[in-house]
Formats: sequence, C-alpha cells, structure tokens
Amino acid sequence: MQHTNTQDTLVGLFVAAGIAGLFFLSMQVSNLSSFTEHDSYTITARFENSGGLKVKSPVSAAGVKIGQVTGIRFDPKTYQSVVSLSIDVQYNNLPEDTTASIFTAGLLGEQYVSLEPGGSDDFLKNGGNIEITQSAIILEKAIGQFLFKSAEEKAEGKKK
Amino acid sequence: MDKSVSPQNSLVSVRHLTFTRGDTKIFDDISMEFERGKITAIMGPSGTGKTTLLKLIGGQLFPNQGIINIDNKNVHQLRRADLYSLRKRMGMLFQSGALLTDMNVYDNVAFPLREHTHLPESMIRTLVLMKLQAVGLRGARNLMPNELSGGMARRVALARAIALDPMMIMYDEPFTGQDPISKGALVHLIKSLNNTLGLTSIMVSHDVQETTAIADYIYVISGGKIVGQGTPQEIKQSTSEWVQQFMTGAADGPVHFHYPAKDYVDDLLSSGKRY
Amino acid sequence: MMIEFLQTLGKNTRASFTKLGRATFFLIQTVSGTASVLPRPRLLLKQMYSVGVLSFLIITISGLFVGMVLGLQGYYTLSDFGAEETLGVMVAASLVRELGPVVSALLFAGRAGSALTAEIGLMKATEQLSGMEMMAVDPIKRIISPRFLAGLLSMPLLAALFSAVGIIGGQLVGSGLLGVDEGAYWSQMQANIDFQDDIINGVLKSLVFGFVTSWIALFEGYDSVPTSEGVSRATTRTVVNSAFSILGLDFILTALMFGDD
Ligand SMILES: Nc1ncnc2c1ncn2[C@@H]1O[C@H](COP(=O)(O)OP(=O)(O)OP(=O)(O)O)[C@@H](O)[C@H]1O
Ligand SMILES: [Mg+2]
Repeated sequence: MQHTNTQDTLVGLFVAAGIAGLFFLSMQVSNLSSFTEHDSYTITARFENSGGLKVKSPVSAAGVKIGQVTGIRFDPKTYQSVVSLSIDVQYNNLPEDTTASIFTAGLLGEQYVSLEPGGSDDFLKNGGNIEITQSAIILEKAIGQFLFKSAEEKAEGKKK
Repeated sequence: MDKSVSPQNSLVSVRHLTFTRGDTKIFDDISMEFERGKITAIMGPSGTGKTTLLKLIGGQLFPNQGIINIDNKNVHQLRRADLYSLRKRMGMLFQSGALLTDMNVYDNVAFPLREHTHLPESMIRTLVLMKLQAVGLRGARNLMPNELSGGMARRVALARAIALDPMMIMYDEPFTGQDPISKGALVHLIKSLNNTLGLTSIMVSHDVQETTAIADYIYVISGGKIVGQGTPQEIKQSTSEWVQQFMTGAADGPVHFHYPAKDYVDDLLSSGKRY
Repeated sequence: MMIEFLQTLGKNTRASFTKLGRATFFLIQTVSGTASVLPRPRLLLKQMYSVGVLSFLIITISGLFVGMVLGLQGYYTLSDFGAEETLGVMVAASLVRELGPVVSALLFAGRAGSALTAEIGLMKATEQLSGMEMMAVDPIKRIISPRFLAGLLSMPLLAALFSAVGIIGGQLVGSGLLGVDEGAYWSQMQANIDFQDDIINGVLKSLVFGFVTSWIALFEGYDSVPTSEGVSRATTRTVVNSAFSILGLDFILTALMFGDD
C-alpha cells in the first residue's frame, strides 16, 4: 500500500520537524544551553551597586559570553552587593587583577558583567575574589539624560 | 410448520414493548417472537417504526416499557461489555448501507474481521472475497463507497453484516434499490444463509412478492400495533382489511398513504401564512 | 414580554447546562478511550496526518509572516529608544509566550477543528457511527479518541514550529534587512528567554489549547443534528467556540504563568 507509506513518511517528517522546532526553541532561543554547560568555577565580585543585574545575567570578556551570574546578595557589613559569577572552566586563566564592570547592552537592554583581564601571572581560582570593580550605571539617570537630550534636539530641529 | 411461534424456541422475543418519540407513540404494547433458524419478516407502511424496532432490538434505543430478550438475556439490562459481545453475534444491514466512507469496499468488509479477530491478513482476504463473491461484488473490491450505486452499497453492507458469521441478521429493506436480477440473487442468498448456517433472520421489507417467497413468519405492523401475523399463506388469506390493503397495495383503506394532517381542502383554503 | 424573555433565558440556560453535561461525559469517554489507541499506532498515525501534516503549511507560512511583521514593527519601536539590540528578545518573547500558542491554535481550529467536526457530523448523518456500534465497535474508541490524541499531540508541535519559524523570520527582517547585529539578536534572546518560564509554559499553553480545540471540534460533530444544515452549524460553532475558549483561556493561563514575575 503505497499510499499509506507516503502518509507514514509525511507524519514522521512532521513529528521530526515539530521536535526540531522544540529543540530549536530550547537550545537556540532560551537559556537552556547555559544550564547544560560544562564544568564551571565560581568567583565573587563586590560592587557598590549592582543595579538591575539578575541571576542568570551573562558574564562576558571582550564581548564573548564566558559565564553567568549565579547569585547576588547584600553584605550588611560593607553595604556592598556580593555577586557570584560562574565561569566556564575552559577560561580558567583569568588574571587575579581582572576588573569587573556592570554594563548595559544597548540603552534599555539587560545588564551584564564585563570582565577585563589585567596583567598578573596568577590566575583566579574557584572561590577567588575580584578586587577591582565598577558599579552599574544607574539606568534612570541615563534615561533622564537621554530623553532630556533628545527633547532638546527635537526642539532645536523645530526651530530651524 | 407450527402455526404459532413457540416462545421456547425463539431467539428474540419482544414483550409488551412501548416506545415513544416525543409525543408520538411509535409502538403501543406490542409483543413478537422471532424463532431460531427462521426468517421472520416485518412489514408495514413507511414511517411505522420498522427501523426503530431493529434499533431497539440492537440495543441502540431504549424502550419506555416492555422488554426485549435475545437468547434469554434482556438486551437493555446488559452491561456494556456484554451488549458489545452480543452485538458481535448480530449482523445488521442498515437501510442506508452505512458503509465507512474513508475505506474501499474490501476494507469495509474486512473491518469487523480486523476489529474483532486476530486473523492473519491472508485469511481475512479469503473471507472477504468469499463474502463479496456471495453478493456478486468481488470485482468491485477496490471501489470507494462514493463510487457505488445505492443498490451496490446495500450489497456491500450485506457482505459486511455477514462477515463475522453471526447467529442472527437484521435486514432493513434489503431489496430496495435492487434490479430484478440482484433481487433474485439476494432472495437466494438470504434463504441459503438461513438454511446452511442456521441463521436467524429478521427482515424488514416492503416487497410483498419476495417476502412471502422466503419468510417463514410475517408480522404486519401499523399505527404502533400488530395488525396481522402468520405464515405467508395465512397472511395472504387474511381477512383483515389492514393486511389485505397492504398486500394488494390499495391506496384506500384503513392505512393512509398520508402522514396525519388536517383536511386537505381546509389546508389549501386556509390563510396564506408562510411556514 | 418580560415573562417570555425570562422563559427563553431559562430554557437557554438549561440547554447550555445539559450540553455541558453531555460534553463532559463525552470527554471522559474520549479520554478513557485513548488507552485503546496506544496499542494501535496506525489509527493515530492516520489522524496525525490529517490533523497535523495537513496543517503544517498554513502554520509555518503564517508563522514566518507573523515573525517578519514582528521584526519590522519591533525594530521601528525599539530603534526609537536605541534598543534595537533587544529585537530578538521582543520577537521571541511575543512568539513563544503568546502568539505561537494562540495564533497556531486559532489556525488549527479553523483548519483542522472544522474539518473534524464536519467529518464526525457527516459520519453521524450517514449512520456510520451507528453502524459501527451495531458491529460492536465503539465509535468513541475507534473514531473519536485517535483524533483527540492526534490533535493533542499535534498542537504543541505546530505551535513550536510556528514560533521557531517566526523567530527566524524576525531575524531575517531584523538583521537581514534592517541591520540589527545578528549576534546580538540571538545572544540577547538567549539571555532573556527562560527555558522554564517561557518555553515550557508556551508548550503547556499549546497543550491546553490542543486539548480544548480537539474536544470542542469532536464533541460538536458528535452532538450535531445529523443533517447537512446541522453539520454546517456545528462546524461554525466549532470555530467560534474554539476561538473564544482559546482567547479566554490564554488570558487565564497568562495571568497564572507570568503573573508574579
Ligand atoms: N431520530 C428521530 N427523532 C424523532 N423521530 C424519529 C426519529 N427517527 C424516526 N422518527 C420517527 O419515528 C417514526 C418511525 O421511523 P422509522 O424510521 O422507524 O420508520 P420505518 O418504519 O423504518 O419507515 P421506512 O419504511 O420509511 O423506512 C417516523 O414517524 C419518524 O418520524
Ligand atoms: Mg426504515
């Protein structure tokens, strides 16, 4: 029965396509791939203000994602924000004097931790601590400035 | 042959059956016996409830009063599983054929075999071709139901009804839409199924000629009552006006050709209100 | 006048309740009937074909266009704020959480649901269901349950395809046409779309929609008046009731799933 065979094949293709779609959504669209990541080690960084940083926010170096934020807590003694960063083991050669900054991707984009390697010969190890940090830019201020500036520009544009 | 049907020897017995649809009483306290191994015919004007009776016997409709026993079991008190296993031994030829429209003739006849048996496909093929041969449609096995004429569809449905070699078959107007040749063949088929397999047959039909030729016993129903019963001979010689009108096909008599309505002239002359 | 109105209202209310009762009973039978489908995958496969495969084209093409429109509109809106990097997030979130499950379910109701109702209704009108019962074959198990299961399984697959194709469509427009950085499109998306909260919830939504749409379609067919007019009315009711149920349920599900974020 040729007819039935074609139907079976098409159903098979359909199911395969659907599952591929689900797989695509899981691995390519969502953050699932970062859970299944290979071994990682954790370091901490203290910020005066961690802004809108969240658990699972990306950690990148030179624009490439190398890990993610796994915890943020407030230290009542120093009044600082203690951020735990989980870094992929393959990047285990970050110098001890690496600096961590909190940046925003785009103006309204999410915040992420950017690491800038220093020049030390000693590398950060699991449980290590980043000494030099730069806090988040306070978004509200930036927006205020931006809106103010663009309003001014528009007003000037109208005058001309 | 016995003059009256003995309840001891009947496969199906209907006792004091009353059935209503809305406000109309379709059956009003009727009792019938259908003897094992015999062909019992039910005749009656269109719309009296012959199809309804078959559906009641098949357990698809529930009576308001009375009981229907098949093989000494009350059909309407059976558990679902028991009803289904009983139905496996009952064939029914629907008035409309009721073929499954998404399969061809072959698969339609094979359907009950595939659903209820675990026979290998080669065996099923043999059985299906035998049944199709019996109704003269072996050559039409690859046609789809929409490619069949009404009469052909009915014959395929008959082949399907006998596929499981049931103990009884209910035929709902098997001869309608058949040409004289296939009518003759069907009469022969029904008769021989009955004789060779010892089937019990319940046959609904309007065809006086064919029915009197093969039936062992005939019930004539009209207006919810049994108006006549007996062997074909008795029926033919019946003095009952009802039966005579039916057998001779006279338009006038106790049975009216017209569905109950108000007076024709009154109706025509009454206001032109649209319905 | 008033009395008449109240009478009609009462009658209609009672009719809706008895119908709901029948529908519930039907659902229970259908769901318990699915157990007997599993040993016969061929029945399911055939229905997956007519329910799933035949909906494939309309779903993927619609998904592509919806994604492209989202890419275009999203870009215009976001670029005003200099946030076009987040286009991927916007496109993916809209699709995965809402548009994927909802639009594909609406299309499914129109494409497959109406066909199911018409098919079952006609089977009833031509006494095929009744005939099956007399052959001791339960039409619920043999006809309804496989179709129900096929609808239930196809819906999440179709919704996933819709979203996936849409996200690619958004990327084609966003980075292909409008110059959003491709890397940013994907990485921002990955950072913000949560597997648990977004993908799983989206799949759950489409399972619920598949369940409800198949239920409505099959019940309306099974419960239809067995005439051509009755079947055509039932088909219309399937599309209308499915649309209402999908949109109403979507609101409830969204409130439950994404509410306390
Ligand atoms: N589903 C139904 N709902 C309401 N009334 C029905 C229904 N089916 C049949 N009837 C009524 O029941 C009566 C008996 O119908 P039935 O089909 O049993 O007649 P019949 O004797 O088989 O007629 P025919 O010889 O034309 O086939 C008819 O008057 C019909 O109007
Ligand atoms: Mg009839």
